[in-house]
Amino acid sequence: MAQALIDLIKRQFPSAVLETHSQHGDDTLVLNALAWKSVAEFLCSSPDAAMNMLVDLTVVDYAEREPRFEVVAHLLSLSLGHRLRLKARVGNPEGEGAAIASLTEIWASANWAEREAFDMFGVTFIGHTDLRRILMYPEFEGYPLRRDYPADKIQPLIPYREIPGIEKVAPFGRDEGMSFGRQVHARWAEDPEDPQAN
Amino acid sequence: MGELNRSTQVIEAGEGAAFATTKLEAMLAWAQKYSLFMYPFVTACCGMEFMSVSSPRYDFSRFGSEAPRFSPRQSDLLWVVGTITQRQAPILKRIYEQMAEPKWVLAFGTCAACGGFYDNYACVAGVDKIIPCDVYVPGCPPRPEGVLDGLMLLQDKIQSGDRRPGIVKPRHDPAVDQGLGLIDLKRAVKA
Repeated sequence: MAQALIDLIKRQFPSAVLETHSQHGDDTLVLNALAWKSVAEFLCSSPDAAMNMLVDLTVVDYAEREPRFEVVAHLLSLSLGHRLRLKARVGNPEGEGAAIASLTEIWASANWAEREAFDMFGVTFIGHTDLRRILMYPEFEGYPLRRDYPADKIQPLIPYREIPGIEKVAPFGRDEGMSFGRQVHARWAEDPEDPQAN
Repeated sequence: MGELNRSTQVIEAGEGAAFATTKLEAMLAWAQKYSLFMYPFVTACCGMEFMSVSSPRYDFSRFGSEAPRFSPRQSDLLWVVGTITQRQAPILKRIYEQMAEPKWVLAFGTCAACGGFYDNYACVAGVDKIIPCDVYVPGCPPRPEGVLDGLMLLQDKIQSGDRRPGIVKPRHDPAVDQGLGLIDLKRAVKA
């Protein structure tokens, strides 16, 4: 729908745009991670684009890919009415080196969205003033929405009560409870013959 | 006030005195069960059902559980309504510890009872991992009638002095058999 918008960015930043696609009325640009902030600044300030709202910013973990994480930002122009999705790929398969520029100076809503992305995936946002966990508690170790975080790992903030058989109540072990419950990616399953690993 | 002394203290007055003591305990238990001051520790969607249970149609105040006290110092029944996350667990524990004896806990909904459909890094699978629980009301959310069943079950436990945890069983709903065209539901219930 907003092909003109995509063309505008391609003219302005010819080397930054790696891919584009438009499906079902949505337009997406995959950018070079180094150009993240400059493209975002252009989109916010340019009168042809006028993307004054960052709707959401999140991360997707494609564990088999290099770079591993894909930072996704959804932009909306309240005055002109068009939307755009920006993507950038960061991080190596071990999950290190996932750093990208922060958009907090452009849109204030990026502040908490980036904190959530950091909390759940461990992607660092350079230039963020207060990058710390937002949903999980500070004692939590690891990044829970990464593919290699064990799906059944529980880190209690206060120790559970010492009652006999507490491990037999929910959550259940891998072979108990609902068979359609927890999915563990075969790559990180401790037991390769695990029937629940897909 | 402290724990009510339930040990037998026979007043050395005569034969009928032991009867008087146990009758005293029974009377106190009766008073306790019909004047439960609740602390609605509401975190999630079960809170909506809690509100509807408190509404005039279902109304738990007719069981004596009239006054919600949002202070643990003034309440004796802790309603844990909704999901308890790991981050909320220390808060729940502190609230429970601040309540004075005798105190009871009612786990409202499956999230509070056993974690519900949450089986993840963020939620505590059931409030009994943190604090002792007396009645579990399953349901997502439980029907108000189920909650009232749970309240009545708790009242029976208070009267008999039974501290073992109890779970509310599902009940057959008489409204289903009214022949209002709920054919499939009837078949499922009869099966």
